[in-house]
Amino acid sequence: MLVQPGISPKEKVNRGAIATLREISGTAVNAVYELVISLTDLVFSLIQRIIGIRGMPYIFVLPNLLIFGIFILFPMLLNFVYAFTGGASFMPFDRPWAGTRNFERLLTCENYFEPRTCSEDLFWRAVWNTASYVVIQVSLMVLFSLITALVLNRSIKGRGFFRSVYFYPVMLSPIVVALIWKWILQSDGLLNGILVSLGFNKLPFLTNAAWAQFWVVVISVWAYMGFYTLILLAGLQSIPTEMYEAAAIDGANKWQSFWKITMPLLRPTMLVVTVLSVIRAVQIFELVFAFTSGGPGTATLYLVQYIYNYGFASPNKQYGLAAAASLLMAGALVILTLLQLIFQRQEE
Amino acid sequence: MSALKALRLRKGRTRLDITDVLSYLYLFAGVIVMFGPVVWLVLSSFKSSGEINKFPPRLLPYKQETVQVEGYEEPLPLFEVTFEDGSRQILAQVRRVGLESQMVDPANPGEIIKVHIDQRQPVEQVYFGLENYIEGVKSFDFGRYLWNSIVVTVVATALTLLVNSMAAFSLSKYRYRGREAIFLVMISTLMIPLSVVMVPVFLVVTRVGWTNNLLGVIVPAAATPTGVFLLRQYMLTIPDELIDAARIDGASEWRIYSQVVVPLAKPAMAVLTIFSVMWRWNDFLWPLIVLSRSEYFTLQVGLASFQGELNVQWNLILAMTVLTLLPISLVFAFLQRHITTGIATTGMK
Repeated sequence: MLVQPGISPKEKVNRGAIATLREISGTAVNAVYELVISLTDLVFSLIQRIIGIRGMPYIFVLPNLLIFGIFILFPMLLNFVYAFTGGASFMPFDRPWAGTRNFERLLTCENYFEPRTCSEDLFWRAVWNTASYVVIQVSLMVLFSLITALVLNRSIKGRGFFRSVYFYPVMLSPIVVALIWKWILQSDGLLNGILVSLGFNKLPFLTNAAWAQFWVVVISVWAYMGFYTLILLAGLQSIPTEMYEAAAIDGANKWQSFWKITMPLLRPTMLVVTVLSVIRAVQIFELVFAFTSGGPGTATLYLVQYIYNYGFASPNKQYGLAAAASLLMAGALVILTLLQLIFQRQEE
Repeated sequence: MSALKALRLRKGRTRLDITDVLSYLYLFAGVIVMFGPVVWLVLSSFKSSGEINKFPPRLLPYKQETVQVEGYEEPLPLFEVTFEDGSRQILAQVRRVGLESQMVDPANPGEIIKVHIDQRQPVEQVYFGLENYIEGVKSFDFGRYLWNSIVVTVVATALTLLVNSMAAFSLSKYRYRGREAIFLVMISTLMIPLSVVMVPVFLVVTRVGWTNNLLGVIVPAAATPTGVFLLRQYMLTIPDELIDAARIDGASEWRIYSQVVVPLAKPAMAVLTIFSVMWRWNDFLWPLIVLSRSEYFTLQVGLASFQGELNVQWNLILAMTVLTLLPISLVFAFLQRHITTGIATTGMK
């Protein structure tokens, strides 16, 4: 639709044109949707006539079930086949039975706290790296998202803006996050530049084991805390303000109402946040893959990367070991989830 | 006294107290910590390859000014020269011989002035050049990766929405044998991540013939239990009377699904759309496994392999990183309110 600019004020024309455009595109989308439904309905009505209304729910759940069965459920069962067989073949039925040998190899240790004494020292290095990473990262994650949520829950000007600022890194891909920070932390990077211009020496942020581990924690908190902040903020906002008003009338100060009202009522949300962040932390891989790729040495080698290395990256692939390790990891995740359920029961 | 306090609570404070000051300080520090790294990335991506290796780095990208001098074909770089008597003059450098630099006054190009290189300082101006982007797009197949990423994100999101909403409709609006079992099995896999079953899923994908095929990236994760769960919980709140009424009017089950239930479940569908776009656009591990030929790479895989190549300059990597984060950042800029409130309200359950 063309409107001559000379006839009415330009802005009005634009607004009118945009509204018309939106209307046209809206009707167009609806018409297409309508058409697609009418066409697919021919097929589905026919099916309904053949199998009857009682069969229809199976038809609706079928596509999902097919994909789910083929690409999630079946592979989960196959994983057991891999874990209990040996050899280098990728085809499950060419693989000789190995019993529990893969598990034995993973779990044989003189001292579990000394990866050097284990037959699979890399596995135990990955286990301990992951365990310490999970404990430290999750505590910092919960702490910082809680502080941020509490601050955002105050009567703050521009709350929407700040909320978005903290959430923005969540939208970024792990590769992008890793590259951004690698660029900042490299030996000639921004952070060392700031240190040098303040009169300090350069620090080996990426080449020293302890520093690399430290930065993996910092970066992953940076990247994901916005998500947990949002969930905690929603939890805080569901606490009725009348409770605070009643407490204030009874003479409670802010500190008291925080510990006696906010914290107890926020506990279910805190639990959700903790569990989600634990599950996510156990699976750390992509960020580290692009950031340090496990190094320096094995300082940032975590469990998923161990599995990935044996399953896909190493020249002599050991599918059995990779599958056994992933089953152990799945077991750990199931235990963590069960613990959550038990905690939740106790709460209620 | 206490009534006054309650009143103040309700009306909101007019005066800033110390906790307000601390809150704002925290939030502004947060803006720097959260946005700073991305801003630094964007600023650095405009720096020339010479500038990018400078240490300590400078905040803004600079470029040395040049001038066209009579008698010289190429434009000459400009320097500010400080002479022994303290006077300063802006000269153009013709060539550099060892520690000596031969310069001319652009206004008087006939006479060569020789100065020690320590005496001169380059004349620079802030310059946001697109050279890195142009060169980067040439050596990094950006257009193809972008196209692959768009195909994966759009098709996978459409498939996820269709398949999951159909399953959620079935699991929430019908009673039939096996329903509880299906739901239970799906929910119990909620906590098992793809990374745990990588090897066997890869075997299945190989057998189906979907390695080096975008379908191998799109289909396996389309039946996400999270999506089914989210949509089912929402659809449970849609009253059954609406469905019964439509059925009495003679609507087929497919029309009930597509014209009654799906339109009413729009808010939950929107949240799943946001999640799916985020997952698929940023997905790395699975595409990395399935796609080994570079013509099928998505942006994330392409970027990771680009930074792994030898002899690739940081200035090009940074420019390509900016291009990779740009689309999702634009989506976020336009939809941030919907995204944050959507995740806060539905993401919890």
